[in-house]
Parts: sequence; structure tokens; C-alpha cells
Amino acid sequence: MNISFVLNGKPVSVDVEPQTLLCDLLREKLDLTGTHIGCDTSQCGACVVHVDDASVKSCTLLAVAVDGGRVTTVEGLGTPEALHPMQLAFHENHGLQCGFCTPGMLMSSVDFARRHPNPTEDDVRRWLEGNLCRCTGYQNIVKSVLRGTAAMHAEGRA
Amino acid sequence: MSSVIGIGARPLRKEDRRFLTGHGNYVADIKRPDMVAGVFVRSPHAHAAIKAINTAAAFAMPGVLTVVTGEDLKAAGIGGLPCGWGITGKDGLPMKEPQHPALAHGKVRHVGDPVAFVVAETLEQARAAAEMVVVDYDALPAVVGVLEAIKDDAPLLFDDVPNNLCCDWAIGDRAATDAAFHKAAHVARISLVNNRLVGNPMEPRAAIAEYNSATGQYTLWSTSQFPHVVRLLMGAFVLNIPQHKLRVVAPDVGGGFGVKQFHYAEEAVITWTAAKVGRPIKWVCERSEGFISDAQGRDHVTEAELALDEHGKFLGLRVNTIANIGGYISTFGPNIPTNLYGPLLAGVYTTPAIYCEVKVVFTNTVPVDAYRGAGRPEATFVLERLVDIAAGDLGIDRAEIRRRNMIPKEAYPYQTPVMVEYDSGDPKGCLEKALEASDWAGFGKRKAASARNDKLRGIGLSTYVEACGLAPSRIAGRLGARGGLYESATVRVHPTGQVTVLIGTHNHGQGHETTYAQIVCEKLGVPFENIDIVFGDTDKVQFGMGTYGSRSLVVGGAALSKAADKIVLKGKKIAAHLLETGEQDIEFEGGEFKVAGTDRKKTFADVALAAYVPHDYPLEVLEPGLEEQAYYDPVNFTYPGGAHVAEVEIDPETCVVNLVNYTAVDDVGTVINPMIVEGQLHGGIVQGIGQALFENCIYDDASGQLLSGSFMDYCMPRADNIPKIAVAMHSTPCAHTPMGVKGCGEVGTIGSPAAVANAVVDALSHLGVNHVDMPATANRLWRVIKSSSLLQAAE
Repeated sequence: MNISFVLNGKPVSVDVEPQTLLCDLLREKLDLTGTHIGCDTSQCGACVVHVDDASVKSCTLLAVAVDGGRVTTVEGLGTPEALHPMQLAFHENHGLQCGFCTPGMLMSSVDFARRHPNPTEDDVRRWLEGNLCRCTGYQNIVKSVLRGTAAMHAEGRA
Repeated sequence: MSSVIGIGARPLRKEDRRFLTGHGNYVADIKRPDMVAGVFVRSPHAHAAIKAINTAAAFAMPGVLTVVTGEDLKAAGIGGLPCGWGITGKDGLPMKEPQHPALAHGKVRHVGDPVAFVVAETLEQARAAAEMVVVDYDALPAVVGVLEAIKDDAPLLFDDVPNNLCCDWAIGDRAATDAAFHKAAHVARISLVNNRLVGNPMEPRAAIAEYNSATGQYTLWSTSQFPHVVRLLMGAFVLNIPQHKLRVVAPDVGGGFGVKQFHYAEEAVITWTAAKVGRPIKWVCERSEGFISDAQGRDHVTEAELALDEHGKFLGLRVNTIANIGGYISTFGPNIPTNLYGPLLAGVYTTPAIYCEVKVVFTNTVPVDAYRGAGRPEATFVLERLVDIAAGDLGIDRAEIRRRNMIPKEAYPYQTPVMVEYDSGDPKGCLEKALEASDWAGFGKRKAASARNDKLRGIGLSTYVEACGLAPSRIAGRLGARGGLYESATVRVHPTGQVTVLIGTHNHGQGHETTYAQIVCEKLGVPFENIDIVFGDTDKVQFGMGTYGSRSLVVGGAALSKAADKIVLKGKKIAAHLLETGEQDIEFEGGEFKVAGTDRKKTFADVALAAYVPHDYPLEVLEPGLEEQAYYDPVNFTYPGGAHVAEVEIDPETCVVNLVNYTAVDDVGTVINPMIVEGQLHGGIVQGIGQALFENCIYDDASGQLLSGSFMDYCMPRADNIPKIAVAMHSTPCAHTPMGVKGCGEVGTIGSPAAVANAVVDALSHLGVNHVDMPATANRLWRVIKSSSLLQAAE
């Protein structure tokens, strides 16, 4: 099947099998390997991307479902030269170690920030229960998300 | 303006940007030209004889290139996977070391044991063909628990290993310990289980193998913590590939925790098969596949006794452990419950006599090997639970009984009765600081407040010491290590003064690219941004033993420090020539070579340029170039330690444990980057909390099926069940490492399970409960509370 959607701000048109998952399309066919696959039961959240601005686990969505929509992956968030405020917050607060869960954490966190202008630590912890990290004990991730959320709102990027 | 960011500074991490922007380079992200896909067929049985494997239907499937079985490997003369550490039993005999075939032949010994490898053009084709491999199994009775496995009538995994006993190991002075128990005023006792864990780094294992028939060169990309060791073990002991024809690359690796520090069957099978099919092959482990093929951790059954005098002074400790090493010997399997366990049983106490026996036992489960902490959390758990029980028995405050028995700061270096000699430490300092930071004294008020809300509150304390910085090769060799445990580093100064470091450790989250750069910055005065760290490629890095056992900074950092010192030494010689003075008159400071007592100097970059453009250069006494290499073999283990305090609240209605406070005070020696050390502690502590409250790897007793085989069933700690953790340092520099560092990767995981378990027991102590096995799930607590003798008496 041919599907068309806007990927990280650019239109793409691609042939997919009906059973292809969005995460596999992104990684295998479109070479966007920032979206990671850490489990096979939709528990870990390493594959979170935005579809029409909402965070979704791309391992749980068929690629055909994004036909006509907008998809943003971690590659579309910021660049190494110009990090997104949430990426910068993770950098400044040591919110990542091995980096594997990081893309999913970032995408979940950006969606969180848009929905929570004045979050508490508890809000962050509850929102991130669908994103597993084995390195940080979540301590600096929670700190990063709080700082990143504040920065996004302060900079008008929420 | 150059940025000299040295030891003790908190620069942000150099490695972050690629991970933050989706530009990490993990094995699963790599594509090779003409690459095909591989899938392993794994045993659905815990124990079965393989009567026949029919691959014809699989071969006939679309896109299939080959199907490899254990018989094929055997026919090609490929033996088993090597064990890197052989231990010796108390009878003086070597451990039983049955072959661990890369693909099972004759028999399967755990669910997930690989029996065939299917390669096809696409992953979908390989998966479909794998379904068509017909294995005719004759199911055999399985045994998964160690107590059952050593019984005389237990099913045998290997015909020539009676009672499934790999090794009956012991450490310590049995007679002295017996004597201590004879004169004891009191003996505290415990029976416990140290629950089996699955390491679960977030990146599943993966491998790509490629063979170039024109050059005879093999390349293996693998999610490995130690690519050089994989090259050595696989090349020299499994596939017979000369070292110079085998390149192993471990690029960005998404967490290790020990799980990725073994030479796995999949690496050997995929490498051999890539040559056979003449195409690069990729295999990416699925999470549920990882649950039945990644080496697992812990799994002890222990009985222990502590002899005390009437004042609560420890006189002797006796420990009897049966440790599960699963269906085969993994790379370091036998070393973990023995050499990394028994010698830690002194903890931070002056117990004069200790005797520990460990039976290492095969079962029909996934092999058990090192998982973060590896043996040392198990030792700490036994000791610290037992100390709490003793305190309860004797009516002595839990902090006070520890104070009475702690090794005083001035007694270091301290020789324990279980082989190791601690070089430095201040256990009492850590304890007092932890008690203060956690407001131990104010706990009564908090408990009363909880009680007003019908909640049970408990506080728990754990002290610990670990042996890390693996390892002094001479001692390790005596203990059965079959390789050295040094590390190597090369400092390559470029003609323009920038520096590339090539080092044999592997960074998979620990922040080496930053910490090592700080060391170079401190040593050579080269700006932080002008230093890059290269690791993880056997074609780039000279040699290395990799990253595990909290060794990277301790051993690798020391090698780096030594190599940097050699650069300064050579630089002084060059500068002396350029400045027309004697070498002894040159001082190196702040990145400049100066003639002492004058303002005459050459910058580091001037000297580097002269080394590579030797127009004015002492060629008669010095080679051009500025690159130095050092190997470092430590003289002793390092002994980080600390004290942790956990506070829990239990809802007696639901029996759910809520961890409300956690305080850690750790002595990791000199701290290079406090931000990174804190991050390591956070992560380690939460893995320990995971063991104490959530994680449990369970096999069905009858069938040997793994019941906790996915993230649906195996409870990983999540952001919403972990509180804010307070970490603080109480450092005493290591006496023998060049920078005084001790290692910090595992300390959190070692101190935390006992602290949390002690808090849970404390919350239930009014019910007469004196032990709860981990994890303290609601279901387990409900059973414990229901069966409590005091509760039953009251009812």
C-alpha cells in the first residue's frame, strides 16, 4: 500500500505492507534509527513518536494508520547544533546514560510538557510510567522533564 | 580561552548530543550492503533429548539461505563456549565443566536453549522458516530449584555431573569459626532466598557478522561490554579464527549491567554462518527472547548464623549457600557466587572467624552469571539481614550493634578472615552521616504520623563493602581466572595538540567519554573539547578487557593516567631540546613546559608540533611522534563502601509497600565527575530497589517454563514507584590506585536490597516478623502477615 504523511516537517510517500508497524517503517525503510525497539509487549516506550502531536508507541501502530497524518520522531525534535529545550534539559541535568530509552523519553516528555504547564514531580512520574529506563533510576529524568517543561513554556515552544 | 576541566569538575557529558538527537549508533541501527537476517530456533522444553532435527521444510521456504544446527557445528569441529574462570572445590578438585555447545546437540537444558539458526533474505522470511524447523524432542523431567537439583534422585543435566553439583566450594577457617560458635552467648540465624533477576538492559542484544573471502577477514558487531575478550574467546577457543583476521566492534551499547559481558553462543553462530553464506547477517534479540537467553543473576538459597558475645560483639559467621548457575556454565558463572561472594562476608565488621560453603549447582534454567553487583549484593544481603536479626534478638539498637562491630578508620589496611585486605575506608563515618541525613533519630515521629493514617512505617539500614576494580591479575589467576584483568590505554597527541585516547574499556552509559577526558585535561592541560575517547573496536584499540566489575575508571583510568604521564615525560625531553636546557630543568604545569625559575616556555601544542615536524628535534635520542601507551594491572582490588537507609510505608489493607525515603552515603574514593557518580549511584540503587520490591524471575517447578518472561510479568522499576533518592559522598581515597578512585558502578546495587528489606521487616516487626524474602510484593507480605505468629495469637 502507498501511504503519504508528513515526517519531521517533510512530506513522504512510501509503499508499505499492511502489517508493517510504524517503528519498522521508520527504522528499516526510512532509516530513522533514533526510534528504538526495547521490547515486544508495548511496555518500554523506547519507540515513542508523535503522531499528530500526540505521543504514541510506534511499535503498537500500523504504519498505514499514519496515512495523511503528521509524524515527528526524535530526529525531528532538534539538531545537535540546536537542541530542543527538552533535549537541552536532559543534557543539562544528566537525564540520560546509555541513551537507548532517551528518544522515547524525550518524545513522551515533550507531549507531557504541552499538556502540563505547571506540573508537579508526581505528575511527571505518573506520565512516565510507560517509559522504562534501566540506567538512571529516573532521578535525573524527572528533574530534566520538570526543567524542560518550564523551558518550553518560557520559550513559547509548548 | 582553553577550558581545563579536571578532576572533581562537573562538565556535561560529551556523549549526550548523539543520543539526544537520535544519532546513536547501536548494533540494530547498522545496515551492511547485501545484509540478510538470522533467527534462532530455541527449545520450548526445559529439559529434553533431541531425537532428530528436520530442516528440509525450512530450507524450502522462500528466501532461505541456510539452516544451521548443532550437528553442523559439531561436524565443522566447533566445540563449546569457553569459561573464563575455573574454580576449585574444597576437596581440591576442579569444578565440573561440561561442554556448553553454541547450538544444542543431543539435549536441550533450558527453555530458550538455541537449537538451530535460520538465515533468510528478510527477517520475515527467516521467522517464517524458523517455524518450519521440526525438532523431535523427547521431553525429560526438569529441575529448576537448587534444593531439588542436588537431591540424589534429581534429574541429571549432565550424565557425568552427579547431583548436578558443579563445585562444592569453601572459604575461611572452619575450625576457628566452630570455636567461635562454641563460646557464643547468642547465635542469630537466618534462612533466605536471594531472588533470581533478569538484567534487562533497555537495548536487547544484537549482532551482525560479515566475512570477506578476499581477505579472510571476519567482522562481528556485537552489543558487548568487552569486544577484545569476545575476539579472544570466540576466535581462539570457539571458531579458530586468528586474532588478526577477526575484528569485533561494540559500537554504542544501550546498557550492560553484566548481561553483555559474556561471550554468547549467538556471536559464534552468526560469525561462523556469515562465512558459510557469504553475506552479512544481522540478528536482533527480541525482548521475550532475551528473557530466555540473556544470562540471569543472583538465585541463592542460604542459611547463615552469626555468633555474638553478650555485648553484641560478632564472634563468628557461618554461611551455607546453594547457588544456581543454570543449565550451562556461562563465561564467568562459577566465579560469581564464590570468589565474588565469600570474600565479602566480613562486610565492614571485625568478625574474627568466618566460614562459608557454596554449592554451585546446575538446573534447567537460563545460565546465571554476573549482574550488576554480582555476588556482592548477595553477601551484603546475608550479612545485613543477619545483623538486624541479631540486634532484634539481643534488644540492641540496629545502628548501635553495627557501630560496636565496625572496623575503625585507623585500623586500615585491614586484613579480613576471608582473604581480602581492605586498603582504606571509614564505615563509621559513612554510617553516622547516613543516619543524620536520613533523620534516623526522628523516625519515631514519622512512624507515629503514619500510624495515625493506619499505615505501618519501617526504617532499614545497610552498610556494605565491595571488592571491585577487577582485578589484580596475579590474585585473580590464583582464584581461577583464565585471563589477565589489566587494562590498556593509548594517548595519541596529534600534531596540532588535540588528543585521541584509545582505551580497552567500553562505554555503555557510564560517561567514560567525559570522565576520561577530564583525566587527560587534568594531566595534560589540553582543553576538554580537544579530547576524544575511542573504544569498542578491536581494529582501533590496541587491547582491553572491557567494562564490568566497576573496573573502567579504576583500571582503565589508571592506564590512561600512566599513558598521560609518559606523554609528559617525552614532552619534557622535547621541550628541553627546544628550550636548550636540561630535561631536569623543565617543569610541566597548566599545559606548558617551562624552564624552572624563568619565563621561558613551550606550549603543549608547540611540543606536539615539534614531535611531528622534527626539523628542530633531538632525533639522535628521541623518536618523532607523541603517542604513548600504558598497561595497568592493579595491585589489589578496591573497596568502596557505604551506608544506606531506606524508609517504607505499608498499607496493611493492601499490603503494598511504598518506598518513601532513600538515603545513601557512599565512599567511592576520589570522585572525578560528581554528576556522573551520582547518576551511577541513582541507577544502581534503583536496580537494588527493584530486586527488593518488584523483580522476580520465576520458573515453573514442574515444567521449567519461565513464568516471568516479559515486561508484562517481570516487574521493572518505573518512574512512579521510585521516590527521590538522596546521595552523598564520604570519600577516603584508595591507597593504591593512581588517582585514589575506587569505582562506583555497582555500589548502589550492593547496598540497597538489604536496606529496603530491613525497612520492610522493621515495619512488620511488631507482628513478630523477622524476615521477608525479596521481592516484598503485596502478595508475599499478605502471606507473611497472615501467618505471623503474633497476629494469630491475638486473633
